[in-house]
Amino acid sequence: MKTLFEPKDPAVAKELARKVIGLADRCREKTGTVPAFMEVCGSHTMALAKTGVKLILQGHVNLISGPGCPVCVTDQKQIDAMIEVAESDDRIVCTFGDMMRVPGSKRTLMSAKTEGRDVRIVYSPIDAVKIAEENPDREVVFLGVGFETTVPVLAAAIQLAAQKQLKNFSMWATTKLVRPVLRTLLTVKKVKINGFLLPGHVSIVLGGNAYQFLVDDFRMPGVISGFEPVEMLSAIYKLLKMVYEDKPEIMNNYKSVVRSKGNPVAQKLMNEFFQPCDEAWRGIGVIPQSGLRIRDKYAAFDARKKFSIEVGEPKKTLCRCGDMICGLASPEQCLLFGKACTPLHPVGPCMVSTEGSCAAHYAYMRKEG
Amino acid sequence: MDRKITLAYGDGGELAHKLIQQIFVSAFGNRDASRFDASFLSLKSGEIAVTTDSFVVKPLFFPGGDIGKIAVSGTVNDLAVAGAVPLCLTAGFIIEEGFPLADLRKIVRSLADEAAGAGVEVVAGDTKVVEKGGADGVYINTTGVGLKRSEGAIDPSRIAPGDDILISGPIGDHGIAILAARGELGLMTELQSDCAPLNKMIDAVIEAGCDVKMMRDPTRGGIATTLVEIAEDFHATFELSESRLPVRDAVRGACDILGFDPMYLANEGKVVMVVAHEDTQKALNAMRTFSEGESAAVIGQVTGKGIGQLLLETPLGSKRRLHRLSGMMLPRIC
Repeated sequence: MKTLFEPKDPAVAKELARKVIGLADRCREKTGTVPAFMEVCGSHTMALAKTGVKLILQGHVNLISGPGCPVCVTDQKQIDAMIEVAESDDRIVCTFGDMMRVPGSKRTLMSAKTEGRDVRIVYSPIDAVKIAEENPDREVVFLGVGFETTVPVLAAAIQLAAQKQLKNFSMWATTKLVRPVLRTLLTVKKVKINGFLLPGHVSIVLGGNAYQFLVDDFRMPGVISGFEPVEMLSAIYKLLKMVYEDKPEIMNNYKSVVRSKGNPVAQKLMNEFFQPCDEAWRGIGVIPQSGLRIRDKYAAFDARKKFSIEVGEPKKTLCRCGDMICGLASPEQCLLFGKACTPLHPVGPCMVSTEGSCAAHYAYMRKEG
Repeated sequence: MDRKITLAYGDGGELAHKLIQQIFVSAFGNRDASRFDASFLSLKSGEIAVTTDSFVVKPLFFPGGDIGKIAVSGTVNDLAVAGAVPLCLTAGFIIEEGFPLADLRKIVRSLADEAAGAGVEVVAGDTKVVEKGGADGVYINTTGVGLKRSEGAIDPSRIAPGDDILISGPIGDHGIAILAARGELGLMTELQSDCAPLNKMIDAVIEAGCDVKMMRDPTRGGIATTLVEIAEDFHATFELSESRLPVRDAVRGACDILGFDPMYLANEGKVVMVVAHEDTQKALNAMRTFSEGESAAVIGQVTGKGIGQLLLETPLGSKRRLHRLSGMMLPRIC
């Protein structure tokens, strides 16, 4: 019988944590500040909190959650539009589980479902294509959010729907690209960090070479990491070493799955079906060429073009998800955290997705009952 | 008989009679009692325990069980963990019009077999048929009656630092098995639900003379929610060790993919116990003689009194506080 963690892991991880803390403290002596790194992948946010890595490094390394959770970075207006798509009786709306409870200005997809709308959780957009095939009389709309990890799968779904010549399948895509937002964080938002813990999943698609601009333009080190405690700790160790020696590089610490040029098949799929566009990020605003839209050639599958959806400007709340995403606030600095905003009644998206910084903090770092 | 349930089966007439005689009475073997409107139970002196539970599981048939089996194990386990010896139960069926009779027969047979296996009698029952769309196949309610143990009574007020926390086997099997059986998430696994009555195994632990101070079956909300409730209700600090919690590869893998935490997944055939340290080995030995308890393990200790909280020691040695499951667990994106 296996246990939640393998017995050999704890010893290695503990020793590694000790080394990380030692090097971090030497870095602080040398530079005068606690070294700070930003993770830009929701799975890292969750894994760092859940495995206790963040807790054990507290006070030695400042781990800041960046814009890595696909739901959290989605602009409020897009969420409202997606919920609006579900408002019509003849539609079946399919989406990833995370999206169900994200609050729109008026309601959530979950409440739309409770009121009788046909909203379904699927694990893959391919399942939504199957649903369209099985329901030829109804429009099936897939709500697609995600980074480069998810876009190839979205593309594959459109490809499948095109092959099957489905007339009743479309996608409302609001997808994001990692590199433009990293650049924006460093230039416009001026986040104070010493390096990036680079995303494992996105890098499988993009490849290890994709981040060289961080070193060339900003002298900012980055390490691509996996998600096990040992993998994350060794990535953080490598970041610290580069900071200490002042020799920034991009390193691939997840070589078992990330190749230097990424996944060319996935990249080709993305380019065939999607084209870059200016995209609004929650709390950041519009970043030029930071998103992807379905190419005009495949407009028949673009729900934005198929349905006319009008939504007003979203109302402002005290929610600080926008600051959270840029690493400018921690969950506990938000007045709503744990009080008005909990996973049961989320105000902002960071509390909804298990990968959101607030949800991860609420589930794994909260000390009070 | 028809191949499907129609509304006429619920009208109390000839068809209802046939349904009850051919499917229910024949399975439960209680022809004598079924002629009266109520059953009479002869009880020894002492206190009785009563519990009730409704079952709406979807799908009705899943690897490792079906709604009939779970309707017995759920109620029997509630009695057993409360410190009672389960004696008998009632079964109420709400059936959707159009439901295949063959499936109903299978479910009733499974319920009868499980009850017989657990040594409890089905002493009363009821069927209602609702129109198509009014229910989802079959719902079952079971009410169980048990006799409170005179010896080896559960007394959570005696929970004290040094006590061990035990679990009868790997966590999360039912949650993942059901999710996979729904076929919505593209999960393929041979994992079976752990759904099973545990009263005989629990009997064995008590009869071995173990000082069990508290036990509960960690169903919905999983082991974390169950232990948070006990810790808070009885003002004790529980510390679990992540590296000692048994979990199957299939469950861990599915959780990694979907973003779930095994600590919050439902179990239907597990018991957690707070046991006096000197009796821990005895309790483990007793559980391990049963297939339901072959992987029984110590997963943590009671470390304090006064503050009610559940802590988890991560493999790195840091301790984080666990809370109740908050809302539904939803599969994540990537």
